[in-house]
Amino acid sequence: MDVLFSNVKELVEVAEKEQQPISEIMIRQEMLLTRRSREDIVAQMENNLAVMESSVEEGLKGVHSSSGLTGGDAVLIQNYMKTGKSLSGELLLDAVSKAVATNEVNAAMGLICATPTAGAAGIVPGTLFAVKNKLNPTHEQMVNYLFTTGAFGFIVANNASISGAAGGCQAETGSAASMAAAAIVEMAGGTPQQSAEAFSIVMKNMLGLVCDPVAGLVEVPCVKRNAMGAAKALVGADMALAGVVSVIPTDEVIEAMHKIGQSMPSALRETAKGGLAATPTGKALEAKIFGKDKESRDTVTK
Amino acid sequence: MKFRSVFEIIGPVMIGPSSSHTAGAARIGLVARDLFGRQPEWATIHLYGSFAETYKGHGTDVAIIGGLLGYDTFDERIRTAFEDAERLGMSFEFIAEVEEMDHPNTAKLVIGDKEGVMELIGISIGGGTMEVIELNGFPLRLSGHFPALLVVHDDRAGVIANVSNAIAAQDMNIAHMEVGRKEKGKMALMVIEVDQVVNDELIEELRALPNVTQVSTLAN
Repeated sequence: MDVLFSNVKELVEVAEKEQQPISEIMIRQEMLLTRRSREDIVAQMENNLAVMESSVEEGLKGVHSSSGLTGGDAVLIQNYMKTGKSLSGELLLDAVSKAVATNEVNAAMGLICATPTAGAAGIVPGTLFAVKNKLNPTHEQMVNYLFTTGAFGFIVANNASISGAAGGCQAETGSAASMAAAAIVEMAGGTPQQSAEAFSIVMKNMLGLVCDPVAGLVEVPCVKRNAMGAAKALVGADMALAGVVSVIPTDEVIEAMHKIGQSMPSALRETAKGGLAATPTGKALEAKIFGKDKESRDTVTK
Repeated sequence: MKFRSVFEIIGPVMIGPSSSHTAGAARIGLVARDLFGRQPEWATIHLYGSFAETYKGHGTDVAIIGGLLGYDTFDERIRTAFEDAERLGMSFEFIAEVEEMDHPNTAKLVIGDKEGVMELIGISIGGGTMEVIELNGFPLRLSGHFPALLVVHDDRAGVIANVSNAIAAQDMNIAHMEVGRKEKGKMALMVIEVDQVVNDELIEELRALPNVTQVSTLAN
């Protein structure tokens, strides 16, 4: 079947040739691939946006997971931000806190929208609802933000991986942060090529990140990796908007991420056997939560 | 292309905490239930790779049971799926296997009731997207991207023609079709992906065809 783009080079070329933003090219590709109407597609994305907004709101009220490993940090960061003493800036911390909020809701088995995965679900909404206060986008521009992140995620998913079990955390929070950077650039008025540069700049700084969740739970270090992912997305977008370019083209960066993922040992790909999961504290927490004998683990079903 | 929609990237809307281990797992369960056509009375679930290592922390087990009860990825009842299964009379067992499969997130579901047994192998390939790679011993590739018809039939001449004629009579277009059999003259399986949603009338018609033993559908 004909597609408008299957890599970033094609995506940018089509956007430039048609003189349309990347979000519009994604909508057209979706219409082509699924034969659904534009109205249907946009309505579904509007629904996803509404879910993201309510996850952020819920997280900012303060939620805690049943394991007790995560929760409440979004509130801490918001409160600190409001003192006006923050060193990294209000917008950046706002994004960080909203990313954390979403992932705290996720860890508590709340309702979220995966972007591109649940473990990385904080970065796209976190950055969106923070940048919103600065750029005052229309509702349509906010929906388009999600289509732009989706366009880049679509390419990563098909040409590399968005699964921690297959490619480590670089495939999850790495992809999410890079996707968000690209969408921030579009919302701020940057070009499609600048979106691609922002994606590359961020992804290059996520390469090699392993998936090592303590006790196998999507909590430690996942929540904080979403926090830092949101921060990197904003900084990467600013760098690209400033005119900084990536020496390595985006598609080659994605290919590098894929190959690094393939060469990661399985202990570092969501098996909870290596990295932070295998630290003395990580193992002690696993024993405390599930009991020492893995075969007789009690299920956490709250 | 494994991923064919932007909503596999921005989506699904789901109960946390893991798209591959919770949402993808729920979808494997849900597809198994759809193909079985009813709620099973019992289920034995074999988990492999990362699924076997981390299923409890990710709620993979409650998600698969939720799927078997008909709950979609965003259904908050997933959280209480174990209790619901007990109340609804479905017993279940999870077995964490050590054997390595091609894909790190693989589940084999053996489900059944007094009427029959079905065995399905599903893989969760990331972001909540899954594929069925084996059904009752037949290797296949079923992505759930399109509505699909699965027809179990005796391996006899004319069955395929009858089925495709019935589909054509509904003015329905076949997007992709695969036919497999285990042994000449024995049981065979047709997997037909179509462009439109399959209606009940067609299903009844197919069930009435000679040598057709079972018809299941999968909504998009």
